[in-house]
Amino acid sequence: MNIYVVMKRTFDTEEKVEINDGIIDEEGAEFVINPYDEYAIEEAIVLKEAHGGEITVVTVGNEDAEKELRTALAMGADQAVLLDTEDLDGEIDHYTISEMLSAFFQDKEYDIILGGNVAVDDGAGQVAPRLAEKLEINQLTTITKLDIDGESAYIERDVEGDVEIVEANLPLLVTCQQGLNEPRYPSLPGIMKAKKKPLETLDLDDLDLDEDDLEAKTRTVDRFLPPEKDAGKRLEGEPHEQVQELMSLLKNEAKVI
Amino acid sequence: MAEKVLVLAEVRDGELRNVSFETIAAGRKIAGDNEVVALLCGDQVSDFSERLIHHGADRVLLAEHSDLKNYTTDAYKQVILQVLDEESPDALLIPHTSPGKDVAPRIAAKLNSGMVSDAVDLEVAGDEVIFTRPIYSGKAFEKQSVTSGLLFATLRPNNIQPLEEDPSRSGETSQVSVELKDLRTVVKEVVKKTSGGVDLAEANVIIAGGRGVKSEEGFKPLYELADVLGGAVGASRGACDAEYCDYSLQIGQTGKVVTPDLYIAVGISGAIQHLAGMSNSKVIVAINKDAEAPIFDVADYSLTGDLFDIVPLLTEEFKKEMAGA
Repeated sequence: MNIYVVMKRTFDTEEKVEINDGIIDEEGAEFVINPYDEYAIEEAIVLKEAHGGEITVVTVGNEDAEKELRTALAMGADQAVLLDTEDLDGEIDHYTISEMLSAFFQDKEYDIILGGNVAVDDGAGQVAPRLAEKLEINQLTTITKLDIDGESAYIERDVEGDVEIVEANLPLLVTCQQGLNEPRYPSLPGIMKAKKKPLETLDLDDLDLDEDDLEAKTRTVDRFLPPEKDAGKRLEGEPHEQVQELMSLLKNEAKVI
Repeated sequence: MAEKVLVLAEVRDGELRNVSFETIAAGRKIAGDNEVVALLCGDQVSDFSERLIHHGADRVLLAEHSDLKNYTTDAYKQVILQVLDEESPDALLIPHTSPGKDVAPRIAAKLNSGMVSDAVDLEVAGDEVIFTRPIYSGKAFEKQSVTSGLLFATLRPNNIQPLEEDPSRSGETSQVSVELKDLRTVVKEVVKKTSGGVDLAEANVIIAGGRGVKSEEGFKPLYELADVLGGAVGASRGACDAEYCDYSLQIGQTGKVVTPDLYIAVGISGAIQHLAGMSNSKVIVAINKDAEAPIFDVADYSLTGDLFDIVPLLTEEFKKEMAGA
């Protein structure tokens, strides 16, 4: 089975976000594999264990992302590919990234492509469905269970809390939701092996792409932090006194009742 | 001003979702006096057309087909592309809901268009429409516009104020001649896990329980309070992991992101995971035994004490309040 995982290096969600002149300050911040992409990597490994085959992890980014690709290799992926954005000067958006991925997949044979349902930094969830459309393959998003039998897949999806049970045939792109699995930690032997696994970097020329074709189709005008909230009120006294005061505040100050 | 805005309305469990009206209101902002056309897909949904018009749509397109009863990517994509082709709107707005999140990026890719996802606000600045959207799980925001392709965005439920319902409004409703082909996904079954009643994503009031609720039984007072307020019950990951409630109730980084008018956090310590899902709520009330709980840092009103004392008292007070109102 030819298994591909598209993944992203993201800012660790535990980090405090700071913004200078509309730019997110990444100085000294911790980066990780996007948590939803970890489900995708884990599921790829589970599929390989059941059906055999090879796992390729792909990301779009700069050389810093090699660290996260190595982590994926240490978890159990067989090879990694970095689609390098170094040659791109302007803004990069979901269009840019999905075009690069789509160019990479043009000459590939794939049974399944897995990704996270959303990246926790940008939170848009555009890239995977855009890629599926470019490749003209079927997609199932926010999956919580995946069983493959020959060419057919039995899938459960999280649909805003309800569970939708669907069937579809390969090739397929899926995006992974919490509940699908528990991602493994890389083992020490896994980390040692990962150092020798292939990690290939492809630039725009390798992908037969031109910078002009990748120009972002959106423009970010500004980034800002939410206004500081006033310190909240601590209510005091016996439970019934606190409740009385709360009712009065909700009515007269917050005006929500 | 856009000459024509197409908005997608949405039915779930046989009910028109509020986000449909919010999306129409956003469309009106962009269209000004020009036309807002609402498209509603489903199986036998014609009864809803009038309400869409009362809420500000000028015209309604109904795409009715048995294969549109349950959402599938292929079916919805085909209908939306067909309507875009027939109507040639200047702008397209889609709810950032489960179906919207799935189909919108595919439409954008097909049209080679930019798109802004998960917008919570929009402003019209001359010919440009600038959307505001949360990033980093609501820890920051960005303002974004589409520079190439269709003026296209998905809108997060519960953020844009719907227009006031006006029963005197009238408008034309017409059928889209739906031709679906090569549908690649078969929906076998939809297993309802949500509690019914109020949709968590659209609830104006949410009562959420954490580990402090201690058991499945412990959630009962929360449901009673939610009933009185016409709200929904949610939970922290801790409460879900401890099996006090179903994961469908989970609010947070890996669960749902909610922005109700009133969020009451009961026995929730306030891990960053959880805050990511609710910190943009308009008013936050926290009830916790531990005076040091981090949830108190984001709460507008903090009550320290035993939730099993406080919640029933609160329910009684709200009952009186509602009876008086």
